[in-house]
Amino acid sequence: MSLLSVSGLGIEFGGVRAVHDVSFSADPGEIVSVIGPNGAGKTTLFNMISGVYLPGSGSITLAGEDVTGMSPHRLAERGLSRTFQNLQIFQQMTVLENVIAGHHLHERGSVFADMLHLPSSRRRSKAAEVGAMALLERLGLARAALQEAGSLSYGTLKRLEIARALALKPKVLLLDEPAAGCNAVETEEIDRLIAEVAAEGVAVLLVEHDMKLVMRISSHIVVLDHGEKIAEGDPAAVSRDPRVVEAYLGAHAKEAAHADG
Amino acid sequence: MRLSTKSATLLVLALLIVATPFFFPSAYYYRVGALVFVNGIAVTGLVILTGYAGQISLGHAGFAGIGAYASALGPTHLSLPPSLSVLLGAALSALIAFLVGRPILRLKGYYLAVATLGFGILVSMVLANESGITGGPDGVQVAELGLRDLLASLGLKLKAPVFWYAFSGVVLLVGAWLALNLYDSPTGRALRALHGSEVAAKTVGVDVPRVTLQAFVISAVYASVAGSLLALQNRFVTPDIAGYMYSIELVTMAVFGGAGSVFGAIFGAGILTLLPQALTFLAEYEQLMLGLIMVLVMIFMREGLVPSALRLIRGRGA
Repeated sequence: MSLLSVSGLGIEFGGVRAVHDVSFSADPGEIVSVIGPNGAGKTTLFNMISGVYLPGSGSITLAGEDVTGMSPHRLAERGLSRTFQNLQIFQQMTVLENVIAGHHLHERGSVFADMLHLPSSRRRSKAAEVGAMALLERLGLARAALQEAGSLSYGTLKRLEIARALALKPKVLLLDEPAAGCNAVETEEIDRLIAEVAAEGVAVLLVEHDMKLVMRISSHIVVLDHGEKIAEGDPAAVSRDPRVVEAYLGAHAKEAAHADG
Repeated sequence: MRLSTKSATLLVLALLIVATPFFFPSAYYYRVGALVFVNGIAVTGLVILTGYAGQISLGHAGFAGIGAYASALGPTHLSLPPSLSVLLGAALSALIAFLVGRPILRLKGYYLAVATLGFGILVSMVLANESGITGGPDGVQVAELGLRDLLASLGLKLKAPVFWYAFSGVVLLVGAWLALNLYDSPTGRALRALHGSEVAAKTVGVDVPRVTLQAFVISAVYASVAGSLLALQNRFVTPDIAGYMYSIELVTMAVFGGAGSVFGAIFGAGILTLLPQALTFLAEYEQLMLGLIMVLVMIFMREGLVPSALRLIRGRGA
């Protein structure tokens, strides 16, 4: 049985089918990429899996448990973590505090202990801070630890979101365009990081437009078009699939041709 | 050595509380000072709700009213000592905040503002209309707290205004300490996270309805204690204490001084309590000046007086 499996998932917005009858699954250590043209329903799919949207139909199973329609914080308790396409950073907090907040499930406790600054509260905070610092080191953000997050560059904030999502020690990690807006060096770092995280046994779900990145690291690719799954398979098979080429990769090729002309 | 924000805030507050009386021209200023501290206590609660968690309440005077009337009615109706009545008021405010907060904290922004406004008006109407219990719009006498007599019997004789200045100052310091502890704690981070991005807070596991309710209840207890202290030092209370004008004054103080910072909000409470007194020489232009100052601060120092000033100083320093 798979760690995460999605079956017949669909949602409508005002009668428009944004996602329809999508099924796939992910195992520990796998990198499953969801690709497709803009508006294909990739982010909507992520929002359903992470509990932000309530699916109209279908079901989601996480580690054998039906988690369809479960709120995001309960999914977080079950080991599902995500990043956002349009950044969702805690702007007024420092970089370090953002990642400590990512440890919320490990550091939360009695509000009375927190207000009275009791040793138990300090211990929880300290442990979360140590964990957060280690993650910042790992993502090359340690030097910015005490800066206000709102003052950082876009590419840095992308990495900060990944650090925050990893703070949860997730079993399933959803990354929504982690390399968007990043330069080549940053993209390569994110590439390496995703592979590392997967190697540790995390099931990674990836939405990404950078096809080179997707083809290089995915174990498995799901292709969406107009909200429906039109193909699925390993990178080599998907890139040869005529429907995929027509719906997506072909369009990219055309864009490239236009750019050249 | 660098002081943490917490130690610096508490140190500056304590110094101000101890040192300002040396500049008082008359004993009347102890009363003004105590009023500043009482407002500061209520506003510190709003820092937790508004500054940390990003939720607005235009009804917190309702909790001040509950605290004030608890300290007035506890001794007469339940034969409780006034000190226990204060605690009873705080517990009652917490319970009511818990029951009211559950449904209305699901609302956001101005919907929440209107709902809390309605709650405050409701409390003040109950206090004004249930005259059999509360004494109605004319108000009700409040018993002596008794702590001053206790201190006198121990050899520390204080005049009433001096005692209330000192006592309110100590309560304010304790309230500020608790709020500053919360800021840098797991719960405080969860509140500030949901202020920054509610959806991201949820995805890191923050139970948003639960922590916003906690913030609402805590801030209600602050308002309740402030209301009790005000009633006890005036020895008299009317339903005006729960009126919406006082709710709005409290929010204005917090935002004016800087809702995100404990010191800022207390500073705002100080300025807006003192300014009307300082502007009395302008006679009929007093309200006009007060309004103008508030508008200008909000236009040019949107984060509030203290955070904007600190940013300016740090910006220069770097």
